[in-house]
Amino acid sequence: MLGTAVIVFREVLEAALIVAIVMGASRGVALRGRWVSAGIAIGVLVALLVAAFAGAISDAVQGRGQEILNASILLAAVVMLAWHNVWMSAHGRKLADEMRRIGHDVRVGTRPLSAILFVTALAVMREGSETVLFLYGLAASGTQRFGLVGGVVLGLAAGVLLGVVLYRGLLRIPLRHFFAVTGWIVLLLAAGLAANAAGYLTQAGLLPTLVPEVWNTAVILNQDSAVGQLLHILIGYNDRPSGIQVVFYVVTLVAVLALMRLFGGRDGQRSGRPPAKASVAA
Amino acid sequence: MFPFVSKEIPVKTTLMAALLIGAFTTPLLARAETPEFTIVIKDHRFEPAEIVVPAETKVKLVIDNRDATPEEFESHELRREKVIAGGSKASVWVGPLKPGTYAFFGEYHEDTAKGRLIVK
Repeated sequence: MLGTAVIVFREVLEAALIVAIVMGASRGVALRGRWVSAGIAIGVLVALLVAAFAGAISDAVQGRGQEILNASILLAAVVMLAWHNVWMSAHGRKLADEMRRIGHDVRVGTRPLSAILFVTALAVMREGSETVLFLYGLAASGTQRFGLVGGVVLGLAAGVLLGVVLYRGLLRIPLRHFFAVTGWIVLLLAAGLAANAAGYLTQAGLLPTLVPEVWNTAVILNQDSAVGQLLHILIGYNDRPSGIQVVFYVVTLVAVLALMRLFGGRDGQRSGRPPAKASVAA
Repeated sequence: MFPFVSKEIPVKTTLMAALLIGAFTTPLLARAETPEFTIVIKDHRFEPAEIVVPAETKVKLVIDNRDATPEEFESHELRREKVIAGGSKASVWVGPLKPGTYAFFGEYHEDTAKGRLIVK
């Protein structure tokens, strides 16, 4: 049962942390809980579908289907997170002002909400399909049902709990700095996911590694340790990255940051605050 | 309700993206003959459990899962993880690698599914 719980926990953790970050980063947006829930539901449904067709997906594109699907999901999530960040850098300050003024969540258009839905669904479906396959394997090999269900519940609960802890932690950040901090977290998260996508594409033989191992810090902080794994999910820590992964990470980081700077300033200028104060907040 | 109207979009988008990436990268694949090695999974064990591959060369590992249940081929040292459905084959590209020993295992049956890649 414990073995099952550990694997389910590992798979759930990444999705749970991403959902927590998205929930935090979209603080103040009315109805976001509903959209995140819908995203989770869609993610689970698609995960079941992906698991059901795992064989066919794996065989597709000369045995590269799984990697291409994974990389595509990750890159789609990167685009959505980037878009979310650009949107928040343009509207975040206004959102915070309005939250303080009206004392409750602010209504926004459906576009930022659909980005939230997408990211959530993508995160859940990626980790979910692996969990489903693993559990299917266990069930098919005749593991006793009690242990299986117990392991799933335990692993799921632990993963969700960590997500809740992260979310609560995020909410403790003062509103004044809140969107600046979550903006950076989302940025690093997106860069890390892009580097993971590069990893899948090299696994499929579609991208060269450039340099097989840019550094090896496994002795200092092993990526498979608890802290290493957490940092891997949150900021894309990698103890043995290939050259192409470093390139993907840096390019994503710089590109999203540039877009945030490019589109972020405009709204701040129009919000009617003194320019000096606005530049401090930026 | 609105969230359910867009239910199809994630699937379609990712499939489109997959096709796009596939279309762009397929010409790249035609080049370079990569040496191929097959590892069979049977009764949740790797056969052979030790496999010798050349150093500084990109190699293709074909993993043939003859069990009815899925397995996840995983290696921390190679930074590889891939789910292989029951009764199917999958390919994993590794390298170019430095000489040494790289452990791999089946994440779904870690007790029995263990193997090593020996790079010479």
